[in-house]
Amino acid sequence: MTVARRKFDAVIVGAGGGGMRAALQLSEAGLKVAVLSKVFPTRSHTVAAQGGIAAALGNVTEDNWHWHMYDTVKGSDYLGDQDAIEFMCRQASEVVYELEHYGMPFDRLENGKIYQRPFGGQSQNFGGAQATRSCAVADRTGHAMLHTLYQRNVRANTQFFVEWMGLDLIRDEHGDVLGVSALDIETGEVMILQARATLFATGGGARIFSASTNAFINTGDGLAMAARAGVPLQDMEFWQFHPTGVYGVGILISEAVRGEGGYLLNKDGERFMERYAPHAKDLASRDVVSRAMTTEIKEGRGCGRDADHLLLKLDHLGADVIKARLPGIREIAIKFAHADPVREPIPVVPTAHYMMGGIPTNFHGQVVAPYKTGPEEVVQGFYAVGECACVSVHGANRLGTNSLLDILVFGRAAGNQIIEDLKRNTHHKHLPGDAADKALARLARLDSQKDGENVAQVGDMLRKTMQAHCGVFRFADLLKQGVDKISEVAERVKNTEIRDKSRVFNTARVEALELDNLVEVAVATMVSAQARKESRGAHARDDFPHRDDDKWLKHTLYFSEDRRLDYKPVRLKPLTVESFPPKARIY
Amino acid sequence: MKERERARWRCRRGLLELDVVLQRFMDKHYAALDEAGIRQFEMLLDFPDTDLWHMIVQKDEDEGKAGLQPVLRLLQSV
Repeated sequence: MTVARRKFDAVIVGAGGGGMRAALQLSEAGLKVAVLSKVFPTRSHTVAAQGGIAAALGNVTEDNWHWHMYDTVKGSDYLGDQDAIEFMCRQASEVVYELEHYGMPFDRLENGKIYQRPFGGQSQNFGGAQATRSCAVADRTGHAMLHTLYQRNVRANTQFFVEWMGLDLIRDEHGDVLGVSALDIETGEVMILQARATLFATGGGARIFSASTNAFINTGDGLAMAARAGVPLQDMEFWQFHPTGVYGVGILISEAVRGEGGYLLNKDGERFMERYAPHAKDLASRDVVSRAMTTEIKEGRGCGRDADHLLLKLDHLGADVIKARLPGIREIAIKFAHADPVREPIPVVPTAHYMMGGIPTNFHGQVVAPYKTGPEEVVQGFYAVGECACVSVHGANRLGTNSLLDILVFGRAAGNQIIEDLKRNTHHKHLPGDAADKALARLARLDSQKDGENVAQVGDMLRKTMQAHCGVFRFADLLKQGVDKISEVAERVKNTEIRDKSRVFNTARVEALELDNLVEVAVATMVSAQARKESRGAHARDDFPHRDDDKWLKHTLYFSEDRRLDYKPVRLKPLTVESFPPKARIY
Repeated sequence: MKERERARWRCRRGLLELDVVLQRFMDKHYAALDEAGIRQFEMLLDFPDTDLWHMIVQKDEDEGKAGLQPVLRLLQSV
């Protein structure tokens, strides 16, 4: 079967903030750029980011990029690469001003400068007083960023392929990346997009958990394409959770509820946080509350028929307080939990929010893997930025407001690196005859499958397995069983069947392909988590409650082909300043 | 012919809140929409995520969006 082919200088998969920032750099340099997106660019998940962009502008209180760097290293529980963190924090002010010049309508101070607000985990003077570092556009920073970057890209002639899904990465016999095969969702056509540079900006994959704050599109497509093509995935055991997501749907209930005096109950009506954190109680830090909730559920004190959630009570605050101070939360509870918090408690569970791991890159956005002679060899022609990438600036845990900064800094850096690399690589490399075979074989298998598995049912089993065995608090026995269970799920995914075989807008086919991707992310997560025998950042184990720098101050690399794990050192040496050596993390 | 499928895909959004509401709407109300209703729904889907979400939860009666009210009310109810 012949597959249509189009040539570009650069192909970018994903049109969130990171993909569009990189595209802009390339298009404005006069390169021919294609950007693929499953949904219209301004509906990417970046839109959900409300907190703002961290940058030490010092507009409100004195600030310094070096303090920001310290906070980020500490927040990462020392698993972040300090060269990349220095690079990011030093460039923060510049990328924010650049965005301002592109027309981003930042909130302003009376003196006209960009307004900044405080955010958790950000300090002055290396762990001192609260810093005021977040630049925002009210509660719609991500929304404003997407619109600003999209308009600018249209002006720069970036070519968008909207409602297109990347299928597989194309590599030649040397391992060099030559582009992607992709599916036009509207027509069902498969096409090869050949490029001198291929950049993945496909976002996260927290849809592997039943409780997740991520939009449905976040199925880890880029990670799976990379993994299937032999590129390892780094630090996949590290996922950030929020303690209170609406049971059943995962939608976030903000910490403001507990801030106003709401508290958690188990099935016996006990305010259990008093046992885990006698002083802070329900206001203890996110990880402490999440772990306590998981313990309650594991020990049989969860609520409901399946004893699998807890209750967040706030009716004692009174209807007036709830309506005045928490109106948005009341709407969410009524709509998604069918519970009016004025009268009844909200059923909640810890909900997955952000993936710290991803496709390993250096701070130029180049994908690096131990596939030739060294542990961090550049994979020629391949780049990744944003949540799908692991630079690693977030290490074992991400600070709020660092994700929007991450996508701006590394979107731009990857763009600049591609411009340099393309000056040397002036021609497209020869495309092998079998370039699209892998993707076509997957589609053909799906079309010919008989007596196969139901996509929704297997997907449900995948998410339940991850939630129960590899959630916010991890137990040796559950992880061990989890590896077996997720392997069973992976076998079932190989036999999924769709009834609708038509080509035009076949969303059943898209969802089956997304499940192929989710399972790659899920297995990588489970296997990596079972192997890491310590607690660090977001990876918390019951049997190894402490961080172990002697044995585990290293990055995990997971290889899909044989589910092999390898490790590589953390880059503790920054670019110009002294290293921040690991020490106990106390807030 | 694939109008429903097309609409279903355009219900994929950047905000999980909208994903869930729009999926419920598709399951519960889409099949019963007449042509005018389908047009209203498609116009609503063209709004940016944050705007659409605010229209669904804040329930303010915006004169300019009066023509979208019937379908918007259904979205508010699911």
